[in-house]
Amino acid sequence: MLELKHIDAFYGNIQALRDVNIKVGEGEIITLIGANGAGKTTTLMTICGLVPPRNGQVLFQGQSLSGVSPDKVVARGICQVPEGRLIFPDLTVQENLDMGAFLRIDKAGIKTDLDQVFGLFPILLERRGQLGGTLSGGEQQMLAISRALMARPKLLLLDEPSLGLAPLIIRQIFAIIKQINSESNTTIFLVEQNANQALKAAHRGYVMENGRITLEDSCDKLLANDEVKKAYLGL
Amino acid sequence: MEYFLQLFFGGLSRGSVYALIALGYTMVYGIIELINFAHGEIYMIGAFMGLIVAGVLTTLGWPVLSILAIALVVSVLYSAAYGYTVEKIAYKPLRSAPRLAPLISAIGMSILLQNYIMLAQTPDFLPFPRLIPELAFMDAVSNYLGTSDLFIIATSLVVMIALTFFIKFTRMGKAMRATAQNRKMAMLVGVNVDQVISVTFIIGSSLAAVGGVLIAAHVGQINFAIGFLAGIKAFTAAVLGGIGSIPGAVLGGLVLGWAESFATGYISSDYEDVFAFLLLVVILIFRPAGLLGKQRAQKV
Repeated sequence: MLELKHIDAFYGNIQALRDVNIKVGEGEIITLIGANGAGKTTTLMTICGLVPPRNGQVLFQGQSLSGVSPDKVVARGICQVPEGRLIFPDLTVQENLDMGAFLRIDKAGIKTDLDQVFGLFPILLERRGQLGGTLSGGEQQMLAISRALMARPKLLLLDEPSLGLAPLIIRQIFAIIKQINSESNTTIFLVEQNANQALKAAHRGYVMENGRITLEDSCDKLLANDEVKKAYLGL
Repeated sequence: MEYFLQLFFGGLSRGSVYALIALGYTMVYGIIELINFAHGEIYMIGAFMGLIVAGVLTTLGWPVLSILAIALVVSVLYSAAYGYTVEKIAYKPLRSAPRLAPLISAIGMSILLQNYIMLAQTPDFLPFPRLIPELAFMDAVSNYLGTSDLFIIATSLVVMIALTFFIKFTRMGKAMRATAQNRKMAMLVGVNVDQVISVTFIIGSSLAAVGGVLIAAHVGQINFAIGFLAGIKAFTAAVLGGIGSIPGAVLGGLVLGWAESFATGYISSDYEDVFAFLLLVVILIFRPAGLLGKQRAQKV
């Protein structure tokens, strides 16, 4: 469904990604793990068109995304829940969700999806009229995921959804990620530092170091891999 | 009491026009964090376009109110086209440049437009026809509220209410608010940010044109330089109210209008600007973000 081919990306003169190759199949949960500054967020930015790659190609459903502006990438069915959640602080919860469905015109479908996200996260229904900036961190993460779901994406990109959240909330968020994948067959590309949780939730994983993919395997095998255990699982 | 009311309504109509222009500053700032110094010139160009339309239609012998209406519509369209073009030429290419670059470009645009109008029209003051008729039912209050003041206040009010509805309830309005709050995230939900920026310039320029035609009809003369002082005053109003805040721009405009009016009326017209800017300094000392501006701590 999504394929990154030999991607090199730069910030000015600093190379952030080196020959990155990633494949995401339809219906999969893929995770990309790695330390701070490894290039995980940049990989997502490259897919979304915010950091266009200097070399290489991003293919989505067989079509190249080179030169496609970020809003057009969303129109093709890729939606991102960015790092730090980026809730619109002065829009209400409802308006934040409306913004998620910005490109859609099927009113009935939007209504169905709205009911569905309120089913996933009932707290958002309660906070519907509240400004996004007044929510707690965990609630903001739920809102960010819901906002992305409102676009009814084919591919959902999640950047560090566990960042800064309490363990109980993290478990809840990961359970919902799996639920989204299995119930609506949404393909998920999950970037995480929390390798343990991410590898348990995903089907296949990639390990990134200094802008390079160093390991690629099924999550069971990565969880058993000695290097991964030592570097990312603290075992 | 009558004198007080006269100053009150004078300040209100003056403040309404400041508010109309200030909205353009504040909306543009809210979206791209740029002080559009050419905005005062857009206002001036609106007034000139109004003069041209009024001149032509007056010789044709049209009734004044219909001339005013047509002059307003044509000026709005013309200024909107100007605002749109200025953004495309002078600001868009500099979008990822350091913030000083578009600011300098804005100042350059302002000087360019002023001098262009001076050369294309005239450096002298031109009389602007009285497009706002005296209405009979206003006689009772005409000692303190003139028809043109009433017209300015009412038109500004209608325009501001329309703007509020647009921003609050339409799809584009929501996209504008989202872009102002977080441009990157707006892109990530599919907002075409270039389009939002263009719409912002078009709306801001339209409001300035309305202000330009109204004040020109009220004062009765215009020249190429009127945009400078009006621009500075409106910018002050925007900062006073909290730049980036739409209700702030309106409040700032009104506060500034009243401050000037009362200072002129009770002290001396020499002190008009002194009080206006003194007020700005005092308010910024106690509320650095402006009256309605906010400094929000970000949750991490």
